[in-house]
Amino acid sequence: MSQDFILETRNLVKAFKGFTAVDDVNLKIERGAIHALIGPNGAGKTTVFNLLTKYLTPTDGSLLYNGRDITAMKPAAIARAGIVRSFQISAVFPHLSVLENVRVALQSREGNSFHFWKPVKVLDRLNDRAMELLADVGLADFASARTLDLPYGRKRALEIATTLALEPELMLLDEPTQGMGHEDVEVVADLIKRVSAGRTILMVEHNLQVVSRLADRITVLQRGAVLTEGDYATVSADPRVREAYLGVAADEPAAPQSRPASVEALAPEARA
Amino acid sequence: MNDKKLYLALFILALAAPAVLYPVFLMKVLCFALFACAFNLLLGFAGLLSFGHAAFLGTGGYVTGYLMINAGLTPELGILAGTLAAGLLGAVYGKLAVRREGIYFAMVTLALAQLAFFFYLQAPFTGGEDGLQGVPRGELFGFIDLSNNLAMYYFVLAIFVFGFWLIRRTVHSPFGQVLKAIRENEPRAISLGYNVNDYKWLAFVISSALAGLAGSTKTLVFQLASLNDVHWHLSGEVVLMTLVGGMGTLLGPLVGAGAIVTIQNYLSGGELGNYIHIILGAIFVVCVLAFRSGIVGQFQKMLKQNF
Ligand SMILES: Nc1ncnc2c1ncn2[C@@H]1O[C@H](COP(=O)(O)OP(=O)(O)O)[C@@H](O)[C@H]1O
Ligand SMILES: [Mg+2]
Repeated sequence: MSQDFILETRNLVKAFKGFTAVDDVNLKIERGAIHALIGPNGAGKTTVFNLLTKYLTPTDGSLLYNGRDITAMKPAAIARAGIVRSFQISAVFPHLSVLENVRVALQSREGNSFHFWKPVKVLDRLNDRAMELLADVGLADFASARTLDLPYGRKRALEIATTLALEPELMLLDEPTQGMGHEDVEVVADLIKRVSAGRTILMVEHNLQVVSRLADRITVLQRGAVLTEGDYATVSADPRVREAYLGVAADEPAAPQSRPASVEALAPEARA
Repeated sequence: MNDKKLYLALFILALAAPAVLYPVFLMKVLCFALFACAFNLLLGFAGLLSFGHAAFLGTGGYVTGYLMINAGLTPELGILAGTLAAGLLGAVYGKLAVRREGIYFAMVTLALAQLAFFFYLQAPFTGGEDGLQGVPRGELFGFIDLSNNLAMYYFVLAIFVFGFWLIRRTVHSPFGQVLKAIRENEPRAISLGYNVNDYKWLAFVISSALAGLAGSTKTLVFQLASLNDVHWHLSGEVVLMTLVGGMGTLLGPLVGAGAIVTIQNYLSGGELGNYIHIILGAIFVVCVLAFRSGIVGQFQKMLKQNF
């Protein structure tokens, strides 16, 4: 295995008023991989994302991106450096059109975002690229729709298109399939697989079928600390992981193919 | 475009208006309308509630008044100087305010505006309680005598049209698009690489400069700059005008300013004069509770439902 890590965390800690949500986490994300971060509800996955993108300031520890220390950078600067995140709660601009959602992302790489004296028409030259991105995620027919009116699954797809518009080196996806019906889950999983070409993806995902299909490597988080790490076979065979997920030491078979119906039920959030 | 036809119709009306309405009243409406439009750029299009906008209106007024009296500037230069001064103050105040959100933003702007109020109260060149009186209107470009109310009116109309055009352009610009994104979903805008505070700051500066433009113009019209122009009452009134007319609509503040100035003029002459603040307060409450989208917003909704 090559040792080219795009992102590393060193002894990352986040404490909220005495409660340690992230406890001494050392992550190494290999370049070009799809890396899944899993763990029960409240394990600290979203908090890790917030730390990586500096939406929260670490209590302790450091972040290295391409070998460079980014611990002191601001969120917007981190985004421009190539780490772009999505959110657990669908993050779109509801009253912009679908096309405008993507365009406003493309615009952040243009130099004209402070130009208040220019007509909005100057952004039209971004339309072709925006349409390409929409086509990539199967939203070409919805370009002129108001984003508010899109069904949930399509909003998530739009979010991915918007994230892709920044051509991130590292994409952080927080539960991209959460709350989706079976078909949408398939579509989004395919989409993630497709857009992973040429970039690195770190994703939080509860749907273990998706994880088993996509992830090259999995880190399991529990109560803020790393429980174990490895590929799907290793991680799913670990009795501690099954215990963390089910609350009891289960003796179900680990291979996902053998229990298609129960996969959804494994997700703690779906049971809650 | 339908919008353009409406603007053209309004413009023609404004050109003809002095034939039926008193020019000084019309100028007062236009000055407050510009003030409210500037305020609305911040509230309606950037989602920032400033409770200290009188500081910028007043700064424009005092600077223009002082320079017209003491430096003998032509009116266009006097107004330019007042506008720049307000924009500069906005740049400083904005820097301090945009780091805060929601109610804290409003509180910071209010506190800073009170600071400005006490400065103008104490400073030796503002005339204290009397204000700057007898500000000459001067001759526009050195040859158009503005002491003629009709000439002054068309000058004020030109300034308003410019200010309105700039706001409309800003809203429909690449910058305006980012502002909209920030207002809709700030964390997402950050994750797309936007330093949102810088955008809010620029909106703040444009808004305060235009509020200053309104104040400078108003000082020329009434030949007076006074503490009323920097008082928090006025900061509140502009909120009222904007909400009554419809925040986040381009024409709302114009309609709101027209309505409030008309009511004030009507009441202050009659026996209800003492109750002005109570009546305005009641209008405010009714608007906030019943017509949250304001007159123009309500009108747009009706149009949408019927067509
Ligand atoms: N801003 C915050 N303030 C206080 N506690 C928080 C904050 N954000 C998250 N937490 C707590 O940290 C823990 C981890 O939360 P989170 O990272 O959202 O978990 P996950 O995404 O794995 O479900 C939870 O107990 C949560 O209540
Ligand atoms: Mg989470």
